[in-house]
Amino acid sequence: MLIRTKKGHEIASSEITPESVYRSRRQFMADSTKALIGSMAAGSSLLISNTNAQTGDALFARAPAEINLASKPKWLVQKVAERKTDTEVGAFSTDEALTPFADVTTYNNFYEFGTGKEDPSTSAKDFIIDPWKVEITGEVGKPGSYTLEDILAPHTLEERIYRMRCVEAWSMVIPWIGFPLADLIKRFEPNSDAKFVEFLTLEDDRQMPGQRSRFATIDWPYREGLRMDEAMHPLTMLAVGLYDDILPAQNGAPLRLVVPWKYGFKSIKSIVSINFRKTMPNTTWNDLQASEYGFYANVNPAVSHPRWSQASERRLPGGLFGASRIPTQPFNGYGEEVASLYDGMDLKRYY
Amino acid sequence: MLKPFLKIAVFTICLIPALWLGYAVYLAYTGGENLLGPDPAKMLSLETGKWAIWMLILALSITPLRYLFNKPFLWQFRRMIGLYALFYAVLHFTVFLAFLLQWQWGELSREIVERPYITVGFIAFVLLVPLGLTSTQYAQRKLGRNWKRLHRLVYLTALLAVVHVVWIVRSSIGDAVLYGVLVLVSLSYRLLVLYFPGVKAYSLGRIGRFCN
Repeated sequence: MLIRTKKGHEIASSEITPESVYRSRRQFMADSTKALIGSMAAGSSLLISNTNAQTGDALFARAPAEINLASKPKWLVQKVAERKTDTEVGAFSTDEALTPFADVTTYNNFYEFGTGKEDPSTSAKDFIIDPWKVEITGEVGKPGSYTLEDILAPHTLEERIYRMRCVEAWSMVIPWIGFPLADLIKRFEPNSDAKFVEFLTLEDDRQMPGQRSRFATIDWPYREGLRMDEAMHPLTMLAVGLYDDILPAQNGAPLRLVVPWKYGFKSIKSIVSINFRKTMPNTTWNDLQASEYGFYANVNPAVSHPRWSQASERRLPGGLFGASRIPTQPFNGYGEEVASLYDGMDLKRYY
Repeated sequence: MLKPFLKIAVFTICLIPALWLGYAVYLAYTGGENLLGPDPAKMLSLETGKWAIWMLILALSITPLRYLFNKPFLWQFRRMIGLYALFYAVLHFTVFLAFLLQWQWGELSREIVERPYITVGFIAFVLLVPLGLTSTQYAQRKLGRNWKRLHRLVYLTALLAVVHVVWIVRSSIGDAVLYGVLVLVSLSYRLLVLYFPGVKAYSLGRIGRFCN
């Protein structure tokens, strides 16, 4: 399709929080606390009203109001709005330039909605996230069917800015909103037989046109898995939002995994099942083409995909004339945090 | 009168994708609106490749269509569309070298040698060049019978192009299957003619009249 026509549900650019505003809001949050204290000490009410002018409601209102969900549960929007911002959380976020919201939400691999990069954002109309159930099964003390509210209730959300590296050799920097997977897992009391965690995506061909396609080569539902220590690692998170708002359908609403040191296909979207197992689960891409996609899928510039090199990546959004091609780092630059998980493993063999 | 008009029309239509892509590149260069999405290099590469293979398919379908519908006027388009295939292939290769590899010739040789899908793509591209160079009436005269033999290389080119597309597919093989089917149908017509030369005389129009 050469000519882009604006679809009815496309977000007007005026409704998207400009990055400069988004960045300055967090700076404002830091500054406003100081300003507030300073002004209280100085007794100057003028300073408070000045800082309020750039603030709060106006900024949140410019976050995308129309994302392609049938409804936005108020409790979820509220929970996301109350998150800790990355200036408070610190350690895990990168300060590299963010990939613009428009690109994060219109350039997606979510084959359930079609295999084109723009298919998920255009064909996930009115995706239903409420009600949403997650089945917890397997080697745990507290299995069961949990609603999304039950899943999220005890957790405080925080913002983390992670790099995401696709196996296709492009990458983004995304401000996720979520919480550590480890905190969720502890609630279900996994026993000593729980060596692996398996995740499943929703299978619903009424809402997901890609699942009806005769040419898609995937055996639905999409499945992924992690070793228990990878799942319990502090970097591994479950995300329910990005930028200022809850996840749009194309980014894996309402609940997705984010494992930043692995190729993006490990970060499974729209999770409906978490299963704790003794043995390594099958994963979709490994089933499709084991020679190209392994279980571990750690980002590794030294191990080529059989058909293309993984030594470098295109950081999106790319310019044609600028050099947006950057060298890929082992473990996507998270080696310091995760390399020890793989001590003694031959990463050329366990790719 | 009618004939040159048709040729000019087809020429212009085939040029439109290149004009649009050129405009998009111009905008990218001057900092204007981004028409190519967040990964413009990849998009350009996919678009130029798509048009190259479509031109190839179209060029290959001229002969069967000419005979099946008894329309000799189709001949005039074959060379033009074939050259367009070369044109888009050149653009496709240039986009790959300039934007995806940033003019790193060392990278280029490495990719051609190490990545099978690029190897076959490169061979297909290279095969098109002598065909383009000998597309003139002068060359046709000079080469005589050998011209036909040389230009049969286009069959190999088309097959390699399809393999190139199949080999880069990650999940949906729809496009690759379509190209493959079209190329194979086109080539099987030639095989049929090889064994049953009389087939050329059978135009669908004739069969229709026969059935009536």
